[in-house]
Amino acid sequence: MRYLPKSPSERTEMLADIGVKSIDELFVSIPEKFRLTKPLNLPGPLSESEIIRYFQDRAAENTRGYTSFLGAGVYQHLRSVVPDALIQRGEFLTSYTPYQAEYAQGTLTAIFEFQTLMCQLTGQEVANASMYDGSTALTEAILMTERVTGRHSVLIARSVHPEYRQVAHTYAKNLGLEVEEIGFTESGQLDRSKLTKEKLSKVAAVVVQSPNFFGVLEDIPALAESAHAHGALLVTATTEAVSLGIVKPPAEADIVAMEGQAFGIPPSYGGPYVGVIATRDKFVRQMPGRLAGQTTDSEGRRGFVLTLATREQHIRREKATSNICTNEALYALAATIHLCLIGKEGIREQAHQNLSKARFAQAELLKIPGVKLAFSGATFNEFTLEFPRSVKLLNAALLKEKIIGPYTLGVHYPELTKRGVVCVTETIPRAEIERFAATVRTTLEQPI
Amino acid sequence: MNTKVTDVEAPAPSQVRKVRQHVNQNEGLIFEHSLPGKRGMELPPLDVPAVDPVKELGAAFTRGSVEGFPEVSEIEVIRHFTRLSTWNYAIDLGMYPLGSCTMKYNPRVNEYVARLDGLATEHPEQPVELSQGCLRILYDLKQCLLEITGMDAATLQPAAGAQGELAGLLMIRAYHESRGDARRTVLIPDSAHGTNPASVVIAGYEVKNIKSNDRGQIDTDHLREFCTPDVAALMLTNPSTLGVFEERIAEISDILHERGALLYMDGANMNALAGVTRPGDFGVDVMHLNLHKTFSTPHGGGGPGAGPVMVKKILEPFLPAPVVMRKDNGTYALDHNRPQSVGRVRAFVGNFGVLLRALAYTLAYGPGIRQVTEDAVLNANYIRKNLEGLFDLPYDLPSMHEVVFSDAKQKAHGVNTMDIAKRLIDYGFHPYTTAFPLIVPGAMMIEPTESESREELDMFIDAMKSIAAEAESNPELVKTAPHSTRVGRLDEVAAARKPILRWKP
Repeated sequence: MRYLPKSPSERTEMLADIGVKSIDELFVSIPEKFRLTKPLNLPGPLSESEIIRYFQDRAAENTRGYTSFLGAGVYQHLRSVVPDALIQRGEFLTSYTPYQAEYAQGTLTAIFEFQTLMCQLTGQEVANASMYDGSTALTEAILMTERVTGRHSVLIARSVHPEYRQVAHTYAKNLGLEVEEIGFTESGQLDRSKLTKEKLSKVAAVVVQSPNFFGVLEDIPALAESAHAHGALLVTATTEAVSLGIVKPPAEADIVAMEGQAFGIPPSYGGPYVGVIATRDKFVRQMPGRLAGQTTDSEGRRGFVLTLATREQHIRREKATSNICTNEALYALAATIHLCLIGKEGIREQAHQNLSKARFAQAELLKIPGVKLAFSGATFNEFTLEFPRSVKLLNAALLKEKIIGPYTLGVHYPELTKRGVVCVTETIPRAEIERFAATVRTTLEQPI
Repeated sequence: MNTKVTDVEAPAPSQVRKVRQHVNQNEGLIFEHSLPGKRGMELPPLDVPAVDPVKELGAAFTRGSVEGFPEVSEIEVIRHFTRLSTWNYAIDLGMYPLGSCTMKYNPRVNEYVARLDGLATEHPEQPVELSQGCLRILYDLKQCLLEITGMDAATLQPAAGAQGELAGLLMIRAYHESRGDARRTVLIPDSAHGTNPASVVIAGYEVKNIKSNDRGQIDTDHLREFCTPDVAALMLTNPSTLGVFEERIAEISDILHERGALLYMDGANMNALAGVTRPGDFGVDVMHLNLHKTFSTPHGGGGPGAGPVMVKKILEPFLPAPVVMRKDNGTYALDHNRPQSVGRVRAFVGNFGVLLRALAYTLAYGPGIRQVTEDAVLNANYIRKNLEGLFDLPYDLPSMHEVVFSDAKQKAHGVNTMDIAKRLIDYGFHPYTTAFPLIVPGAMMIEPTESESREELDMFIDAMKSIAAEAESNPELVKTAPHSTRVGRLDEVAAARKPILRWKP
């Protein structure tokens, strides 16, 4: 077998060296009645070309040739070929977690750069590297607020990504942490009238997403002020990280939980992506996840090490801030490389292109009779429209034209079946936006 | 540093067959290359009218440029990260003997197929009818994992082993609660990975540690005593972190089941069992796998991983939703309608790109996965045989995929496990796992995996023998290692005392 570097005679010689007659002797500690006597029923073995064929066949069963207006937490953005080439260097791809710092300075230096970039983007003082994804980063941020404040409930906006909220509920319910959901107003923002003094003085945090699931920007400074006035923290999630190229960063928030997929990481049907938690310096010891820190060796040379490990499970076991061990280091590296390439000018230009394209699409779609903007709040590259019929029906028609239409809010908000979230990134050419609008128009002109 | 030591800092060339020193490049942080006006990626021109951000978002929502962000060209980015990469050790460079970490070869074809158009490009919210290829990959992988483990049902959602542990524990909790028998405690042997107790706490349970017996195994009398009606489960790593199979596994499982408790198996060491025995057959009720260990997906300097959880029928109703399924008409779907589910542990279906690589690996071997296990166990025993005597073997039990020595013999010369591990770097090897498992003081945990040739193993054995000799003849040399790396031992205490966690101009 091509991955196994031993000849049959070497195996025999090694067994003799060990002093056993057959390989089976090395498995005698397994009770005999549990030892398998026949081969497993598995497909294969396949040669390399057969493996490629299998996956090409699967790829052909997916969506080739469709134009997609889906965002909802995962975004199609332009990527350079460079990050992928660099992360496939064996020294990055096939190295372990950098516990042995002297032999892992490459990974550690890159992690330190990632942490810096995340701080610059979010307006926060310290960022970790990394969490599994945005949904678990948000959940861990919520658990962190409980440790910081000693309070045992949080308020979470219904305009936070529904699957993120589901993850938060899964974790919270077994820990006796109460999670109360707060609705939204006509602007699409969290309903601040529900943030009463009585509530705020009991909760560990107010949790919002911005841009939120409807695409609407939340008023972070005002929310932070309300929360802080009553001893609560403000946690913000960001699923569309490219927005930070042009949208004011959530600097007033106490913890930012971010999904970094938008930074050059392919959608890959749901992962792997890269989650990040960024926060204030004063909360760093309550933070989960790995951190690289700068230090020196005995001769005063700069170097980097994993630090503040007394927060982590391999040292603290049941007293750790989290159970996270393996994270998403390789994709933190990919995001770092991407951000270095696109740079200071590029990140702003990319965000500006998204904003311009989304506004163009919005204007085109709003020309269609019966199509209305669902929320009045400011948006980035996603916006919610109200259609004269259910989005599910509309999308079925769009699929025939090889268009994957708006995200159907009815899936998670039963009262919003006629509303859909449209996402337009810099990857969608103007002609496709126009074709999309024209197809929506002709579809809506036809009776159901 | 003592000058006598620096004079002889590297091993004599004749002692080291694997490496010799060569030049590597100095490199600052990317921010230190930055100058206004440079960039490494351009966008196509905007083909719609440009809007005014302040007008569209409002001044309060609009930011200026990102302060401090890098401005560098493409070639600088390439050189920067290529230079950094050369400061790392990697499986692609040689044996990575980290015990418990299973650093095996990561096949390149897996990288290739994960990047195919039509797989890497797919959006997790796209319609199910346009995702049949992705869903079939998930389904096929699930079936393979069930066959290998002998379990009945699975979730692929958890993003890593620790999240798999949590998902498994939540299912255990939901199971007991559904029977009106909420229990509070989970038993964990003192040899367990740190994630086990940390996950138990996040699942809302209390940890009760149980001591291993003098053979490093579960003391079944002890277990009988500890397994009170309040115990929900035992979390067991099998083979244990000593690399030893729990010989009394059937008795352990009987004790638990008689008392209504469940057996959770941490599958971190499944690479010692695949194709040889199946946890489902020896009484395990729920287990997770680390696909970035046994199933070869690249560790990437810390992740990503994937932590599928396999369960017996009794736990199936509680699997995290959605569950990948094959319908009677042969199409694939995501089953969201699972009223007893513990809920979601991660957005979307899981780390699809990792799961896909694990399937590519499994397909490459098929039933031949048994040979992988055999070679891993052969390699560990070969190292053990050749180093026994030179290093202390605290538990003289049959080794499976890894062997745990201790530094007891070298301690006499003031040399500890960390010193020996760091000295291995000068011989061109990554250190083994130090100071784990906790039940072995000064542990030296060595796991070669199946990916090592006899030649590489022999070089490792030579290096260890040479270091053992140095520990006696020149302990200072070992205690101050590594001597050949870009930086010497780094001041971790200073790093933690006054943390510098980001670059500042």
